[in-house]
Amino acid sequence: MSRNTEVFVIGGGPAGLSAAHVAAKLGAKTLLVDDSARVGGQLIKQTHRFFGSSNRDAGIRGITIADKLQQDISEVADRLTVLENTAAVGFYHNKEAGILSQNAYERVTYQAAIVCTGATENSLTFENNDLPGIYGAGGVQTLMNVHGIKPGQKILMVGSGNIGLIVSYQLIQAGVEVVGLVEGMPTIGGYLVHASKIRRLGVPIHTSHTILKALGTEGVEGAVLCRVDEKFQPVPNTEFEIKCDCICLAVGLTPLIDLFQQAQCRMVHVGELGGLVPLHDSSMRTTNPDIFVAGDASGIEEATTAILAGRIAGARAYETIHGKSADADAIVAEAREELRTLRSGSTGERIRWGRERVLKEAGEC
Amino acid sequence: MTSLRIEKHPVLNFPERKTVKFYFEGKKYQGFEGEPIAAALHAAGIKTLRHSPQKNRARGFFCAIGRCSSCIMEVDGQINTMTCITPLKEGMQVKMQKGHGHIKP
Amino acid sequence: MLKNDGIITPEELTPVLPPLARLEKGPVAIIECLQDIPCDPCVSACPTKAIKMKEGITDKPLLDFAACTGCGLCIPKCPGLAIFVINMKHTAGMATVSMSHELLPVPEKGQEVTALDRAGKVVGKVKVVRVINPPAYDRTAVVTVEVPADQVNNIRAIRV
Ligand SMILES: Cc1cc2nc3c(=O)[nH]c(=O)nc-3n(C[C@H](O)[C@H](O)[C@H](O)COP(=O)(O)OP(=O)(O)OC[C@H]3O[C@@H](n4cnc5c(N)ncnc54)[C@H](O)[C@@H]3O)c2cc1C
Ligand code: SF4
Ligand code: SF4
Ligand code: FES
Repeated sequence: MSRNTEVFVIGGGPAGLSAAHVAAKLGAKTLLVDDSARVGGQLIKQTHRFFGSSNRDAGIRGITIADKLQQDISEVADRLTVLENTAAVGFYHNKEAGILSQNAYERVTYQAAIVCTGATENSLTFENNDLPGIYGAGGVQTLMNVHGIKPGQKILMVGSGNIGLIVSYQLIQAGVEVVGLVEGMPTIGGYLVHASKIRRLGVPIHTSHTILKALGTEGVEGAVLCRVDEKFQPVPNTEFEIKCDCICLAVGLTPLIDLFQQAQCRMVHVGELGGLVPLHDSSMRTTNPDIFVAGDASGIEEATTAILAGRIAGARAYETIHGKSADADAIVAEAREELRTLRSGSTGERIRWGRERVLKEAGEC
Repeated sequence: MTSLRIEKHPVLNFPERKTVKFYFEGKKYQGFEGEPIAAALHAAGIKTLRHSPQKNRARGFFCAIGRCSSCIMEVDGQINTMTCITPLKEGMQVKMQKGHGHIKP
Repeated sequence: MLKNDGIITPEELTPVLPPLARLEKGPVAIIECLQDIPCDPCVSACPTKAIKMKEGITDKPLLDFAACTGCGLCIPKCPGLAIFVINMKHTAGMATVSMSHELLPVPEKGQEVTALDRAGKVVGKVKVVRVINPPAYDRTAVVTVEVPADQVNNIRAIRV
């Protein structure tokens, strides 16, 4: 079987949903595929109120933002087809891609594709890190917030970025005891308001510490932690044991980029954005002129920025098919201005550098 | 051991679902229809889903979204089934696969 | 220190504390959000426009103590659960602290609960004097507890 569409959106997180909404609303025939059972991406696992801009739904819960975005796309249902449980598995030449659902394989012919595949989780090397009971933060969230099952009774969190801090809070809400949070750096990585929130509920935050090994044979029974020096080397005789029945790793995300590589988009390594990302211009167009990118796949950031970049990509993808449009321009101008203010200030500094580097390199090619 | 199922949550509601029975290594268990097999096993206290083919180390799920293959098991005779994304059905036979598993002729 | 262990020190807190003269007048907010982060729901939550950001969304919130009525409407809107309202004019020797509470169980008015400080250490038993939990607050209850006046800037959470 094969399908025909104008705009083909891969991934239904905040970036993909926003891109598909804008493209369809402007008038493009749009197809969105997502490989999970429900669109929404990271949002469907987020029970907390989102930080970010209240213009773009901050202050309400992630799960509620997912519902709102879904409501938006239902308004353009006549032009937008959504396929859940369907993965994009590769691009062919001549604007064709392959999608796989349950056990059926289909081809999609498109005129512009927007890849919003999000990110994958990093792991960490330590002794016994393969024991049952050691989970990625996303795995813990899926189990707990989607399926309603606690990962264990006592959990150790590794990583003090926003994900580590927020998932710790969500674990407490689910009734799990968070026995501690370990961070190699001397200072907390995520937003300090999220750190204070778990600290005042009694979670010890061990900065300048690392996990040496997990204890147990058929499952986690505890962990050995120790202090680290400025060069992240373990300080002798500072080891101590902590009892827990599971360990959650929240040690960062890396953009999910296989599809770009396969479509021969030029890639660039930008540490500030989480690793290899496809080069793209300010319209979110990659070096493959038919392929756009938005969201965490273009560099790890936040839901608000993913929504805005998705809107830009959706508008520009529409224009490559239907020609210049004042409505599309207005959407892009508004989103750019919001992005600029969101990325200003000291916390946006790293992202700003990273984004500028991508744009500079894109200009040179 | 107290159950790992979340009974009450300050933000989320987990709707009532149909209970089904399934078998793990021949022993009978219960879970909710449609939830991932690995989730049903986890709720039943089973965390070891297989042993690694070479060093025989215990393995559980890791990513829970069908990306890492840590959770592969034999389900109704089908080896290498990602149990973290395969919905549970009444009467399923779930087994730990030995080594790389054997494809049934 | 806040950035090492998540605990705000008294010195770090000083800049966001209301002046004594303002405390004399009744309830007022304390916004314990001390880092420049891209976040602003508190600004639009305030009916009297008492919360501002110097230049834009990435600045810290600044509270105009004179304009703040202590109404508490900003408390449940803050994703950082960083806003508290204190009332030093409660009764002689006693003050109140209002805070977000998103855990189960939600306490009831009149109930005794355990008060915790910024490190989660038990301070003692305190009485709940008000619980606001309407649908508009979307499952973030605002709980007010009665505390000894000298504990008003120490107690920051409860265990029910
Ligand atoms: C614990 C946690 C807390 C967070 N808190 C906040 C917050 O408070 N405020 C904020 O602004 N941000 C927050 N974020 C960040 C925010 O959730 C992400 O930045 C945002 O979801 C990125 O959106 P996205 O659309 O790029 O990717 P995602 O939301 O990850 O969506 C990607 C989608 O693509 C699908 N997909 C991947 N590959 C394929 C394929 N080949 N075929 C089909 N579908 C595919 C995935 O299944 C997924 O549904 C948080 C993140 C986490 C993990
Ligand atoms: S307590 Fe009321 S008046 Fe004061 S800052 Fe909050 S919302 Fe505004
Ligand atoms: S809403 Fe809360 S976390 Fe966000 S800026 Fe305001 S006080 Fe800080
Ligand atoms: S746990 Fe990663 S694929 Fe199932």
